[in-house]
Amino acid sequence: MCGIVGIYLKSKKFEKDLGKMLSGMLINMESRGPDSAGFAIYKKEKKEEFKYSICINNLAFEKFKNGITGKIKFTSILKNSDHVILSSKEKPKKVLDILNEFKGVSLVGYGKSIEIFKQIGNPKDVVKKFNLENFSGTHGIGHTRMATESAITTDGSHPYSTGSDECLVHNGSLSNHNNLRRNLTKKGINFKSENDTEVAAGYISNHLSSKKNLKETLMSGLGDLDGFYTFITGTRKGFAIVRDEIACKPAVVAETKDYVAIASEFQAMAHLPGVNMAKIFEPEPGIVYSWGN
Amino acid sequence: MKLDLRKLKLRKVNETLQSIDQKRNNKSYTILNPEGNHAICAGLTDDIDVTVKGHVGYYCGGMNQNANITVEGNVGTGVAENMMSGKIHVKGNASQSAGATAHGGFLVIDGDASSRCGISMKGIDIVVKGSVGHMSAFMAQSGNLVVCGDAGEALGDSLYETDIYIKGRVKSLGADCIEKKMDNKHLKKLDKLLKKAKLDKLKSKDFKRYGSARKLYNFKIDNVSNY
Repeated sequence: MCGIVGIYLKSKKFEKDLGKMLSGMLINMESRGPDSAGFAIYKKEKKEEFKYSICINNLAFEKFKNGITGKIKFTSILKNSDHVILSSKEKPKKVLDILNEFKGVSLVGYGKSIEIFKQIGNPKDVVKKFNLENFSGTHGIGHTRMATESAITTDGSHPYSTGSDECLVHNGSLSNHNNLRRNLTKKGINFKSENDTEVAAGYISNHLSSKKNLKETLMSGLGDLDGFYTFITGTRKGFAIVRDEIACKPAVVAETKDYVAIASEFQAMAHLPGVNMAKIFEPEPGIVYSWGN
Repeated sequence: MKLDLRKLKLRKVNETLQSIDQKRNNKSYTILNPEGNHAICAGLTDDIDVTVKGHVGYYCGGMNQNANITVEGNVGTGVAENMMSGKIHVKGNASQSAGATAHGGFLVIDGDASSRCGISMKGIDIVVKGSVGHMSAFMAQSGNLVVCGDAGEALGDSLYETDIYIKGRVKSLGADCIEKKMDNKHLKKLDKLLKKAKLDKLKSKDFKRYGSARKLYNFKIDNVSNY
């Protein structure tokens, strides 16, 4: 099953409320995914600075902070539940190499504006632990998981991010992910889990890095990704949804002059301001809908 | 009588509507704040009028008998699924599988219905004022599906005895579904359905009729590639 949600602000009106809006959407999708939840928020960015979302699991925050001090020059390090947001002006490659070698922690995502948080447990508890309600931003994507393809772990939770400022959530299952994973690994994409969605995220990263835009990438994905899926994907300035051509996995879009909201079911967005007056439609199978770049 | 889903639990609202005392109870109800809840008005058995003010979730009016339900909004998957009798009028759009497996009654959708509209329908009459998505009337057994707009891919795949009337374009026909001659009997039947849906201005002669070629009813070795 799984529940997916996303919100993209077209105006600045709701930037301060983004976390509150997304939080309600995730909580309302508990019925579709009680095992784990996660979300990605795109916030205002600082020049030349990259943010790294890191899950430190059971490691004490001070221990982690001491461990990287001296290795990475950072401008800020903020703890949020079992996640840490590290900001640094150093080159991503260097930071990623150091973080990948750091035992007991895992990088959840990185980029100029993205912050990603995910955890096992009920969506209601997860959004509370990370204080999602207090977040502001320009767009956000979330997921509530009912595990089918791999174990209930933080690594098996969505959103998946395999490139700078990219993230993907998925409702469905892919059937050719093992073959795709092998091909993408050869092209230099690293995978952390056995999860099928991570492969789709890697596929998107691979295409975006070869200068295709988000819409073109997802259109080629319709030919290459085999299985059932509704994907919501985000980039630094973009936001998109696509459903496979059989369209077994649901989705509904509500668009107003201020925002675009997407969810597996309408009840996820029933609390959004002005939603009853929004243009509400079901995305057609095999068609990419995108906003921004 | 007003039933507010922000104040009452869904189960309480449905129980109220399912246990009508014909002598004592009101026969007209309004449901407020549906907020996408599932199974609103499922299992009603009495001849009552219910208006739902807003968008609803899955299986709205499922298994309906006798009740006259109006939804002033969009409906999720499976509106009127397994309906036996009565009427459901959707003023917005419908998601997948509208009228699935329904045995009787009348379903009117003012907007579009997405894929698999009328899947396995068994006697219901469905009128969609907009268009329908792919695989509509898949394995449909009896009743009528009327579409004033277009139909998506594989219309009427593996069809039994449902009559399908389409005014617009059909993207493609499913296995064993063919265009059939519209004779007087069908024109009259279609006129009646259009009138019932308050579409008197539309002319039945502008529609095309589709039905089963009846070649897949029994296994024939010559048809093996179609299975």
